[in-house]
Amino acid sequence: MAVSPLAPVRGAGDFFALSLDVLRGLFKRPFQFAEFVQQAWFIASVTIFPTALVSIPFGAVLALQIGNLTKQIGAQSFTGAVAVLGVVREASPIVTALLIAGAGGSAICADLGSRKIREEIDAMEVLGVSPLARLVVPRVLACMLVAVFLNGMVAVVGVMGGYFFNVILQGGTPGAYLASFTALAQLPDLYVGEIKAAIFGLIAALVAAYKGLNAKGGPKGVGDAVNQSVVISFMLLFLTNFIITAIYFQVVPQKGG
Amino acid sequence: MGVEIKVEHLTKRFGRQTIWEDVSLTLPAGEISVLLGPSGTGKSVFLKTLIGLLKPENGSIIIDGKDITKVREKDLYEVRKLFGVLFQDGALFGSQNIYDNIAFPLREHTRKTEKEIKDIVLDKMEITGLSGSERKLPGEISGGMRKRAGLARALVLDPEILLFDEPDSGLDPVRTAYLNQLIVDLNAQIQATFLIVTHDINTARTVPDNIGLLYRRHLAMFGPREMLLSSNEPVVRQFLNAQREGPIGMAEEKDAGELEAEKGTELGALPPIPIQLPTSSGKARLTQRPPGSWLNEHGVEPPPGSFPGLDLAFGNGASSAHASVSAGNGTGGVRVVPAKKAAARKAPVKRPATGRGDG
Repeated sequence: MAVSPLAPVRGAGDFFALSLDVLRGLFKRPFQFAEFVQQAWFIASVTIFPTALVSIPFGAVLALQIGNLTKQIGAQSFTGAVAVLGVVREASPIVTALLIAGAGGSAICADLGSRKIREEIDAMEVLGVSPLARLVVPRVLACMLVAVFLNGMVAVVGVMGGYFFNVILQGGTPGAYLASFTALAQLPDLYVGEIKAAIFGLIAALVAAYKGLNAKGGPKGVGDAVNQSVVISFMLLFLTNFIITAIYFQVVPQKGG
Repeated sequence: MGVEIKVEHLTKRFGRQTIWEDVSLTLPAGEISVLLGPSGTGKSVFLKTLIGLLKPENGSIIIDGKDITKVREKDLYEVRKLFGVLFQDGALFGSQNIYDNIAFPLREHTRKTEKEIKDIVLDKMEITGLSGSERKLPGEISGGMRKRAGLARALVLDPEILLFDEPDSGLDPVRTAYLNQLIVDLNAQIQATFLIVTHDINTARTVPDNIGLLYRRHLAMFGPREMLLSSNEPVVRQFLNAQREGPIGMAEEKDAGELEAEKGTELGALPPIPIQLPTSSGKARLTQRPPGSWLNEHGVEPPPGSFPGLDLAFGNGASSAHASVSAGNGTGGVRVVPAKKAAARKAPVKRPATGRGDG
């Protein structure tokens, strides 16, 4: 088939059409509760452990970078403030995005893609069951829910990692670390982080579903679909992260600004 | 009772590539039809278009008074409840066991209790010979069993139309014979409209009431079985008799040179028309026509040796049974039928010479 210059536009259009259908499907009854719980459990099980392992060094790196500098200028008591600010505002959405797209999204895409090439999706449509309502909607919701929890977990584990490095390895005072938590960061930082996470979950699941449902050409097609889904959702998530952060800074007044 | 499917001027393209165009045919209600065609002529695409999985570029498909190429997505799901489809590999849900797979449509579409579902599922599993494998996963059973499980799943909602996508691919001849017998018996039992997509010649010659042939992006011919089996149209006779001589080449179609080269070769007589596969109870299906009825109506004389074991008179005098045996042997195409017939004649007790795997 000839490559049309409109092909990428058509792809984007198809993706938005699917997204709209899924968003409409979110409010339709009956809701597939069993599938939702099962998928939430599944996505959580593939993401929790790697997320924890990635977030510990994130907090630690912040403490390492900042620790020496603050020591030299005598502002060591502010290490905690920086760790919280960095972890809650930036690290946790980024880590959540990486893991939800890299582990959760790829698993969803591989699952739907292999169902597609085994004609299971076709069979489901023929049996009069919409694969969007039956498979995609519960996965999207599950992915959003797990992303929100992951974000919270990254924040906690990251701050604990920072605490460990600052207090145990760099000889900082525990009291100062904890007391400075709210020096720079504020509660809306956490709220916006959770909103970001939910949106990341939504985008990652939609991209994975789109790529998975359009897989073709046998097992290799599924591999390609997973690959593309991860790359595309990474790009989209980082872009979204930037946009939300920019809006957030305009809307919510910052401390010490 | 099944539902008629009326296809008019249907055209399907992928981008600039035309799969087939201007296909018009009517699948009569309750009858078994077979759609044949060389590999890559879009038989499966046709099947998927019939169910509304693919949108055609042109034409209409009228089922139960609705043109399914134009109905909205929501109504399409309703129309699809008329269908049962057996996909090539069964298309079972890999994460569920056989029982749950077969129960899936009942759980999604009906308010039946688990007890009622169990009765229906076990009944369909018995029909398809799957009893005892309820708890197995699709990955743990053979390809033939997967197909039968797919068939059982297609049956639970009592479909009006049953579509089979290459039911015989990947099955050994014995299993294919069993499956064909199952198809015929099912048709007698549920009287739905059947469409079988295949390129197995034996299935096409013995099972259906009607045969269609897709070739070179169009429908070469569609009509009663006897019409195609007695046809001298080059494509039809080449395909139905699995010969190398004819317009179909290794790659889609032959080039002029190849056609020139075989111009002188004699095609030989048409092989005899076999008897249509009867139901295992021997009772005729509701829509089954008596053998030779189309030939008689249209005054066409069948190839010698046709309908072995039956004494039918055609047009200008009955073709002698003795002559037909030797003529049949001469074609080399379907030697089985006359040979078996000869054997049956020597020892009539053995078994009827219909060439089917009796269940």
